[in-house]
Amino acid sequence: MSNPDTTITKPREGATSPEAALPALVVAALFGLAFGFLLQKGGVGKYHVLVGQLLLQDFTVAKVMMTAIVVGMAGVFTLHHFAKANLHVQPTKVGAQIIGGTLFGIGFALMAYCPGTGAVALGQGSWDALFGMAGLIAGSYLFAAMSAWLKRTVETWGVKGQVMLPDLLRMPRGVFIPIFALVLIAALYAMERFATR
Amino acid sequence: MIVVALGTPDLAVAVPPGVDALSYPGPAWSPYLIGAGIGVLSWLTFYFSDKPIGASSFYAQVAGLLGKFVAPARTGKLVYFKDNPPRVGWEFVFVVSIVFGGAIAAVTGGEFVSEWLPAMWVARFGDSIALRAFVTFAGGFLMAVGARLAGGCTSGHGISGTLQLNVASWIAVICLFIGGIAVAMPLFNL
Repeated sequence: MSNPDTTITKPREGATSPEAALPALVVAALFGLAFGFLLQKGGVGKYHVLVGQLLLQDFTVAKVMMTAIVVGMAGVFTLHHFAKANLHVQPTKVGAQIIGGTLFGIGFALMAYCPGTGAVALGQGSWDALFGMAGLIAGSYLFAAMSAWLKRTVETWGVKGQVMLPDLLRMPRGVFIPIFALVLIAALYAMERFATR
Repeated sequence: MIVVALGTPDLAVAVPPGVDALSYPGPAWSPYLIGAGIGVLSWLTFYFSDKPIGASSFYAQVAGLLGKFVAPARTGKLVYFKDNPPRVGWEFVFVVSIVFGGAIAAVTGGEFVSEWLPAMWVARFGDSIALRAFVTFAGGFLMAVGARLAGGCTSGHGISGTLQLNVASWIAVICLFIGGIAVAMPLFNL
């Protein structure tokens, strides 16, 4: 058997998968409810909290994201180590991620809600999210209409495959993850110390 | 006036009233508690559903389903929809449920607003719903193109991809914040 600490996907242990116990879509609904509930309680469905992050006035978004990364990383890599979860590492395409990420950021500054928090905003009665959702659907269709061309051009720029941060630094995951968790915790501490919110 | 300005902290002078995000209510719960909760939720989605948390692909699925309804021949030929056949699946149910989860949290916390314009938007850009609708639609449009090109959004890359130490996600999320800050700063400060 291959070593789970160097692989990304592998067959999981056990004859029956855990998701077989409950219908997949019921599980999806429960997880969606929990995610929406948490995001709203975290204030990240609010226009001024999201814009406040981009104005570097309110660091709530960064605090939520970085805490989720530290906690999520610890658990997901532990599950993966014991062959209880697959990793889903997207292929790195430097050109597509730089251009796509930047376009996303520009749109984010205009709409303020992102695809997930837009759904939360709608749930809390911020009806302007509906216009953004219409834009997200229309933009998705335009992307699909351009997908053949983008696949031949932008998506071929800087294709690196499934790369992870420890691979870049040639460090074993077991060494990189605790160090990286400490770096993120230090950044969270700095935000708590120097940012008003 | 000079005395007042000198007596105020530097940061408060730099931010005009109304466009100070901190003058509006913050999160109901601690961001660290929420972040930890989302982290644990990601363990559960990986374990029970073999899926990372993500939201943006939902909008592509809706676009594909609508496209198949309005222009089936044309939509069926598009490469993205051939690679990702639109259907009501896990991501679809997940995102629709986010709306209800957000509603439950807002109603139970007394934060259900029922408004067409956010207060901070009105303070900066006035009370035209048409202007907000246009800007929000344009923002969503750009975000969708960006998310599909980069392979994810603030959830799929920003949380699920980064926590897996995915280089693609770290590039995307850094560019996201650079692009967002570069537009938001002049939009609110000039």
